[in-house]
Amino acid sequence: MAQVHFEDVKEGDEIPQLKKNCSTQQLVLWAAGSGDFYQIHYDKDFAQATGLKGLIVHGALKNAFLGQLLHDWIGEAGQVRRFGCSYRGMDEPNQDILCRGVVTKKYSEGGKHFVELDVWTEKPDGKKTSPGTALVTLPSKN
Amino acid sequence: MAEVAKSVITDEMHAAIGKEGPPTVLEVEKTNCRMFARAVGHTDAIFFDEAAAKARGYRGIVAPPGFLGTPIFRPGGAAGVPGEMGGRGFSVPYKRVLNGGTDYEYFPDAPDGDVICAGDAITARTKIVSFEETEGSLGPMLITKRETVYTNQHGKIVAKMYGTVIQY
Repeated sequence: MAQVHFEDVKEGDEIPQLKKNCSTQQLVLWAAGSGDFYQIHYDKDFAQATGLKGLIVHGALKNAFLGQLLHDWIGEAGQVRRFGCSYRGMDEPNQDILCRGVVTKKYSEGGKHFVELDVWTEKPDGKKTSPGTALVTLPSKN
Repeated sequence: MAEVAKSVITDEMHAAIGKEGPPTVLEVEKTNCRMFARAVGHTDAIFFDEAAAKARGYRGIVAPPGFLGTPIFRPGGAAGVPGEMGGRGFSVPYKRVLNGGTDYEYFPDAPDGDVICAGDAITARTKIVSFEETEGSLGPMLITKRETVYTNQHGKIVAKMYGTVIQY
């Protein structure tokens, strides 16, 4: 993507979406990468014994997806200042997880140019599973 | 908000609010940055390739968003995981726990901050920010909010993590 600038952005804009679909293998990679080895994410018998229908995607992985959503949008000259989400709904492997973001506010302060966003992951039916917010800085064209 | 029948917040818990727990050291290494980035599905070379990261002005491979280093595992001992799931320590009459969510804040600007890169040793210190009790569809709940501050080997604050844990 070409570098996005502060002037290119207005409130209400949606940023480019990021679609994910985790295989169980990806959940194993994430367990190793994050250090979260909780079995509900890779051991189906264990997950079902806790009352779950099946394996679920780690909340923190979805949070990291939102990090990628922002990182890919802001370009080399942007900075992610803050991001995160609430782990509200469960997502499962082998199902699309759509990461989205919408600009809610933009302002300049102390020589820096800030953009606030609502970010979230959603299921194929549109249900939001991880609602959150973010703050980034973007370069100015000036 | 419905009134909670009986508070589970003890005097000990009240006293713990705002007090920092013991520090934990996290290591940011090339391999772990790559592993985290690979697991997420990042494509930016700065998370994988040292030369690419340096060409973009970074000290080394960059820690991907959400990666704050790896705790030092020791057999038979606590891994010392900082943040919301670490060091709960309080006896509360709820058997179930949920991770309510996490926010990450970064301080990439010199001179007081920096971007987290491979080779960094990060010290994490966590404190409880608040306890809140509420009654919801799952019954009475205790919501604990924690804040973890991450400083690097040069004493710069590089990140903060805000975590919410729900016990019910």
